[in-house]
Amino acid sequence: MTVMETSTTLDELDVLDIVDAESRPAPRLRVENLRVAFPNRAGPHQVVGGVSFDLARGECVAIVGESGSGKSVTARSLVGLTGRDAVVEADRLELHGRDTRTLSPRQWRHLRGKEVGFILQDALVSLDPLRAVGVEISEALRLHGWGNRASRATRVLELLTRVGVPLPGLRARQRPDQLSGGLRQRALIASAIALDPDVVIADEPTTALDVTVQAQVLDQLEAMKERGASVILISHDLAVVARLADHILVMRDGEVLEQGPAAQVLGAPRHEYTRTLIAAVPSDRTRGTSLSGVALPEQIAAPAARGTVLEARGLVKRFLTPDGLSTVAVDDVSFDLVAGETLGIVGESGSGKSTTARLALALSELDGGEVRLLGQPWSAIPERKRRRLRRRISVVYQDPLSSFDPRWTVERILLDALPADTARAARLPRVRELLAQVGLGEEALSRFPLTLSGGQRQRVAIARALAPRPAVIVLDEAVSALDVTIQAQILDLLVALQRSEGLSYLFISHDLGVISHLSDRVLVMKDGVVVESGPPDDIFLRPRHPYTQELVASIPDFDPKGIS
Amino acid sequence: MTPTSPSSTPRAIALQVLHKLGTALSVLIGAVTVAFFAQTALPGNRATAILNIRAGQAVQRTPEELAQINQQYGLERPLVVQYLDYLVGALRGDFGHSYQQYRPVAEIIGEQLGATVVLALTAIVIAWILMVVWVTLTAGRGPRVGAIGSLVDVTAAALPAYWLGIILLLVFALGLRLFPVIGGTGPAGLVLPALTLAIPLAGFLAQATRTEFERALDQPFVISARMRGQGDLGVRLGHVLRHAILPAITLTGWALGATLSGAVVVESIFSRPGIGQVLVTAVNSQDLPIVVGIVVLISAFYVLANLLVDIAYTIVDPRLKGAAS
Repeated sequence: MTVMETSTTLDELDVLDIVDAESRPAPRLRVENLRVAFPNRAGPHQVVGGVSFDLARGECVAIVGESGSGKSVTARSLVGLTGRDAVVEADRLELHGRDTRTLSPRQWRHLRGKEVGFILQDALVSLDPLRAVGVEISEALRLHGWGNRASRATRVLELLTRVGVPLPGLRARQRPDQLSGGLRQRALIASAIALDPDVVIADEPTTALDVTVQAQVLDQLEAMKERGASVILISHDLAVVARLADHILVMRDGEVLEQGPAAQVLGAPRHEYTRTLIAAVPSDRTRGTSLSGVALPEQIAAPAARGTVLEARGLVKRFLTPDGLSTVAVDDVSFDLVAGETLGIVGESGSGKSTTARLALALSELDGGEVRLLGQPWSAIPERKRRRLRRRISVVYQDPLSSFDPRWTVERILLDALPADTARAARLPRVRELLAQVGLGEEALSRFPLTLSGGQRQRVAIARALAPRPAVIVLDEAVSALDVTIQAQILDLLVALQRSEGLSYLFISHDLGVISHLSDRVLVMKDGVVVESGPPDDIFLRPRHPYTQELVASIPDFDPKGIS
Repeated sequence: MTPTSPSSTPRAIALQVLHKLGTALSVLIGAVTVAFFAQTALPGNRATAILNIRAGQAVQRTPEELAQINQQYGLERPLVVQYLDYLVGALRGDFGHSYQQYRPVAEIIGEQLGATVVLALTAIVIAWILMVVWVTLTAGRGPRVGAIGSLVDVTAAALPAYWLGIILLLVFALGLRLFPVIGGTGPAGLVLPALTLAIPLAGFLAQATRTEFERALDQPFVISARMRGQGDLGVRLGHVLRHAILPAITLTGWALGATLSGAVVVESIFSRPGIGQVLVTAVNSQDLPIVVGIVVLISAFYVLANLLVDIAYTIVDPRLKGAAS
């Protein structure tokens, strides 16, 4: 089977190469000193400066970097889709021994999909949302003149079966929005490998996916590798890369800072930045330590309150579907958040964790149960009476941009968040104090949210949450959209603030690493129900519930020290 | 508008259809009501007006003359009774008699409606063809081509129909003699009037489509399609266009009604028969039953167009099927 699949796409040149080579066949892809620039007003702006690597049969080369590192541009340059106006240069750019620098658009079209497959992130938008997935897969076949209508339909079912989609006949007729995250990502993979390309480029193939789905996608990529495909994996996630890569390139600002065999780059990194990246990955092993290398304060402050600060008993929340039926989003959820501690709620999309956060904030009406804040009634009293207590509980969301008025400066955002009874003379000093607490300088006061970086925005959001001196902060996916080194800084900031201000956190995340790094207690939710709760060590090292076991098994094992 | 929760149970669909029909009916009744009371709100005695229209002169009438007209048109009855009578008639397609022509309104409109509907539909089809070709060729091709594209959109959309019509007439009919000067209802006579309506409409549609087209071109699924080996034109026609035309479909619903009522200018320039001419004559001579009849007819077209838009929406974007709109 393996031989058949690969030989169908090898052209004569390759066969010759293999015969000629004594020990190792010629690499399928050779990249030497690849440079990409985009013109802007000031002239050409280089975004990739000198990427070189070889990709052999059955090998996986990973390009790791944060946003803006040039990793995706590199990947697209390899298939000639860098974008309008881009200037792509290379000393050598060869696919199957053929120089791709001089290919015409028509020749490129024959090559894409047939010799190189490309998988993007998030199939919800990477597959045409208005089409059935079967049509998309079939398009890949049709464009290269494969078979006729009937044989393509059969082949689509074969492909869906191969990537592990049950009921392929039904699924082929459904649109991406009608499929679960895992199924549609597998359909996307099927469309990319429809013609068995022997080079597969996967650009953040698991980003925005739930961890169990991520594990399935990585299994698929691994299976492709075993069948002899060569994989280029683009990712910001070292744990994902560690599982598949044979060779790793670390990029920042368009430059390759370090490259080498995976075990060496992850186990004995030579470049400072690689070490920063590796240290920034949160896990249960990093709990209580700094991820970004800053000094964390010793626990000095007494908790801002005593005992149980937030108490939830038997929370129930139902929603009406468009059909007029009711679904239970949160079903009998109870928890206690103890003063000065972090309670982590982890779950996949649709688990009800964000609804639970809204209930804790008394922003949604309960259909059952009760929330008490600082020992006083909270959910059971009317909103008018809640206002007095509101300042004791704050919230930080994933995307602060949408919760800021874009026309307001940071100064106005923070002034607005101060309690109304703050003395006029004390207001500006307090805003400066808040900025200092979150590690921003006074120059941030006059900035607008749009001109801040993602990390700075999240710092302003935290400052805003701190403004009324709360005892509890609800953090709903607060670090999920950040690059790993920025995420590390924000997580360190949260730990430092907790220690210096005695805060309690209700921390909601889909990311098991972040949860295990931060939490004193963990709640695992699935389909609106708490399936397991306990200290993080029990949850992550000795999970009892089958679902927790599945979750934990899905975490790509990332222990840099264990690799070397 | 939630993409993921299709409610496609038969009961939900039936409820939706009922709801849509109910809305349509109430809009029509509203149109009849407004049009009816608007004509009674005109100053002066209606019977006098009717007699004057017929005689073509404005003189004081004797009570005997008025009584006859009042009796003939039932004007002596209470207003509410007249209204209900008119409403019931309208629902059956009876809009009364023209004051001037002594014939049923429905008959007069019916004779002229066909020509106008053919003109409006042809104009819309041509506008769509022009728009799709123009946007597909110029959208998302960099700032310079994009600027030219938008400039043409705006210019076309801003062209006044009377000016454009005369220019087309001068150039293609009088100058090049490609088309007849006096329209008639044949296919050759249809081209210039339809273009006169279609070019500004194409500009409007292109403006709305261009933005969406460029947004869709930036979507990841476009990259996926290119990575599969799809060419640029294939991506534009096969994927992007479908995403881009939703706003244009909404506008087309509006355009269907607007072209019908706006046809008058074009019909007079090209001397075409049609309800535009009928409307102008009726307004000038205060032949109110015809005016009201045409107003109701155009509202009916708006309602129909909106239903068609809803159907077209769910065909183009099946995610909207069953989603509460």
